[in-house]
Amino acid sequence: MSVSAISQISLPFLMGNNLNAWSDALAGLTISWFPLGLVIIAAIPLVFIALYALTYGVYGERKISAFMQDRLGPMEVGKWGILQTLADILKLLQKEDIVPTSADKFLFVIGPGILFVGSFLAFAVLPFSPAFIGANLNVGLFYAIGIVSLEVVGILAAGWGSNNKWSLYGAVRSVAQIVSYEIPAAIALLCGAMMAGTLDMQQISVQQSGPYGFAHFFLFQSPIAWLPFLIYFIASLAETNRAPFDIPEAESELVAGYFTEYSGMKFAVIFLAEYGSMFMVSAIISIVFLGGWNSPLPNLGSVALYDWTSGPVWGAFWIISKGFFFIFVQMWLRWTLPRLRVDQLMYLCWKVLTPFAFISFVLTAIWEIYVP
Amino acid sequence: MAETEEGKELSPSLQQSASAYAVIREQFADAVSDFDANETMPFFEVIETEKWPDIALFMRDHPRLKFNYMACLSGVDYPAEGKLGIVCNLESLGAFGHRIAVKVKCPRDGGSIPTAAYVWHTANWHEREAYDMFGMQFAGHPDPRRILCPEDWEGFPLRKDYKVQESYHGIKVPY
Amino acid sequence: MQELGMAEQGSIRVSRKDDNVVVIEKDLATEEMLLSMGPQHPSTHGVLKLECMTDGEVVTSAEPYLGYLHRCFEKHCEVVDYPGIVPYTDRMDYLAGMNNEWAYCIAVEKLLDIEIPRRVEFIRVMVSELNRIASHLVAIGTYGIDLGAFTPFLFCFRDREHILNLLEWASGARMLYNYIWIGGVAFDIPADFNKRVKEFVDYFRPKVVELYKLLTENEIFVKRTKGIGIMPADVAINYAWSGPMLRGSGVQWDLRRNDPYSVYPELDFNIPVPDGKFSDIGDCLSRHLVRALEMEESLNIIEQCISKMPGSDGFNPRSSVPKRVRPKAGEVYARAENPRGELGFYIQSDGKSTRPLRCKARSSCFVNLSAMKDLSKGQLIPDLVAIIGSIDIVLGEVDR
Repeated sequence: MSVSAISQISLPFLMGNNLNAWSDALAGLTISWFPLGLVIIAAIPLVFIALYALTYGVYGERKISAFMQDRLGPMEVGKWGILQTLADILKLLQKEDIVPTSADKFLFVIGPGILFVGSFLAFAVLPFSPAFIGANLNVGLFYAIGIVSLEVVGILAAGWGSNNKWSLYGAVRSVAQIVSYEIPAAIALLCGAMMAGTLDMQQISVQQSGPYGFAHFFLFQSPIAWLPFLIYFIASLAETNRAPFDIPEAESELVAGYFTEYSGMKFAVIFLAEYGSMFMVSAIISIVFLGGWNSPLPNLGSVALYDWTSGPVWGAFWIISKGFFFIFVQMWLRWTLPRLRVDQLMYLCWKVLTPFAFISFVLTAIWEIYVP
Repeated sequence: MAETEEGKELSPSLQQSASAYAVIREQFADAVSDFDANETMPFFEVIETEKWPDIALFMRDHPRLKFNYMACLSGVDYPAEGKLGIVCNLESLGAFGHRIAVKVKCPRDGGSIPTAAYVWHTANWHEREAYDMFGMQFAGHPDPRRILCPEDWEGFPLRKDYKVQESYHGIKVPY
Repeated sequence: MQELGMAEQGSIRVSRKDDNVVVIEKDLATEEMLLSMGPQHPSTHGVLKLECMTDGEVVTSAEPYLGYLHRCFEKHCEVVDYPGIVPYTDRMDYLAGMNNEWAYCIAVEKLLDIEIPRRVEFIRVMVSELNRIASHLVAIGTYGIDLGAFTPFLFCFRDREHILNLLEWASGARMLYNYIWIGGVAFDIPADFNKRVKEFVDYFRPKVVELYKLLTENEIFVKRTKGIGIMPADVAINYAWSGPMLRGSGVQWDLRRNDPYSVYPELDFNIPVPDGKFSDIGDCLSRHLVRALEMEESLNIIEQCISKMPGSDGFNPRSSVPKRVRPKAGEVYARAENPRGELGFYIQSDGKSTRPLRCKARSSCFVNLSAMKDLSKGQLIPDLVAIIGSIDIVLGEVDR
């Protein structure tokens, strides 16, 4: 296909060095027997999540929601309230760690841990830049879809271990929601994988590179690609328990759902997990449909915008920006729409999204096979 | 029949209430008292309290009365007579528009008034409140418990001779 | 199969099969769970306890428990004199203080049989309608929050701030006014008040449309509220529902029209009653619609008040306020159209004292809430929240 031909030519042209140059270099870094490089590779996404959640995640959400609601948001701590999240983290750190006496201690403590681990493990296959990926699995997409299911165990542990009927309600609803919405999400992503011909995340991004910038993105490569894009976006809102699918955290019904009983640092971990998975689904949708670390700017004759904005560091910038854009859209939806009721949510998944996901799967397959 | 006092004209609404009363009087004769035709709240009293549910049903369903709306049921204490009572304000909403009040009295100690909760559902909570505040029993009430005071409160607060209890679960009550 | 019989306990049967295998059979019935939407809960609009028996997500019964905010209003009335009761009435439905005071003053003025100056009547109508808008804004905003829409709440409160500022300018207080007195009002409205109110009316009209588009016409909101908690009209009348609740069930009944008081006969306004096109008659969406549309009608009323109000030359707001309120012996039951329904006062006076013998407040929310148990049978828990939100209770009035 002509697309891959162009990308083969432009690969060395864009990067100068090979794919995964940085992660390979770090993987080889060992100090005597200690694999320091591998630890650094694992630490980078973790530090990224922490930093992003601290700044854009919490602060951005508060400010964006404030401006949408005709108010100002945090303004006291630091100029325009920039240091607000830092103050909140410091406060949470020094809070008493309460475990309710009648709670199942083991499950209660381990719930947030599993939740965070489940959402963080998917970061291993996110290519932050052409030169950096945690683990260059050739089944990267499949791994990303699958490992997120680990969150379900964490949620159930948190809900049951709290020994609180409201938490249990929230946990059970959340599990039903996440498990159901994985199906349209996975099928929609498979459409993207069909267009790429591979499940390897780096290869999917490479397939979308080319001098015409955004024209190579899979979203514009097939007339039906907008449908799996939309389906995955909606399903990912349900995966991360964001409004309008935030039944498990429905503040007005269930106080705070499955994390009602949590306070202090455990609460912070749950929140970090939620913001982490928000970024993860945003990154996945950017990679599969919007080119990942590729620049959207096209080469216009002598103004070679695409070449000027490509490279390892530029790649990191692009994927993080695209991720942040989708996070902004998620926040925008949260503060605008009311919440769906549990049975309406299930109806949406099984009777609307899943059939349309199947249809888009078939149509994408037809397009890929029969259109040269 | 509505009678003019010293030649005063009764207002139209009072005349309507009076004619509604006439229908009731015709049916129940001496079970109800004479009509008190005052402008602020025309009323009659039910003398035979056991007939109150029948009167209520009659007032609600009779084609010329249609008192389908019970605006209010208040408990009242009559210390001079040694009685407790209820005052029901009824209205025919959307039908005839006439209004009337009904009083039912019972003795203070152990007195009971038959319930109107099966005739107007709203009477259910109003009667619970009257029982809570005054202590009269409502015979046949589907849910005879206190509604505003805690379940184990002693005494009936709105009676004129009510003395507040000294302590409730260890908390000192008198203000 | 040899029945062991020893563990035969209703839904569990134990038996031993021929090859010495023990078989335990259990019926897969689920138990009902007692869920207490306890006094502290974000969406019960105050301290209300709802004890729900739920079978999974379906509520089989939801029984309200009241009394957490009971402040003995009626007992206070027997030791405080007539004018002194006015602040107490404020505190019942604290979101609509002016309307409460007005209902009480109407009752006492009937007993006293006094004539109220025209300008006073117009002032009373204007502040009460402003308060009606403020109260409906809270009802709509909190209803949105109950269903997960966070933003309309803040828009409603932003607009309510303007109304509260106006009322503070007139009466001195933002929420509990003590402004409408027996026989008059406490102070005359300030000189530019009418001008500022007109500015507010012009500012608020497009905001009503914006709110309508943001919340009422939102597809998800409609799906959450349409067809939920349907109350037929005749059952509603039997439960003595009034106000927006009754109009939501399709009954054209507004005390300002059907039992008019003050200068309402001179004012021209519509009574919105849903016709079943956008919502099902009697469901939560209808009740919400009534409140949303009533705000616009209140704006019309306020504009007419501004234009019809007599001037303030030589006006003394307290000219008809009696020095000592000692009504003749008698009883009265009088009511007014509050934002939540019919607030009625049954006052019994013995003619000799300056304190009522008995003052009963027939509160709209208390009566509206009594239907909760029957309305909630067979609903899902999120629907329960939607129903409570549409009943729009204020616990201050429910418990008094």
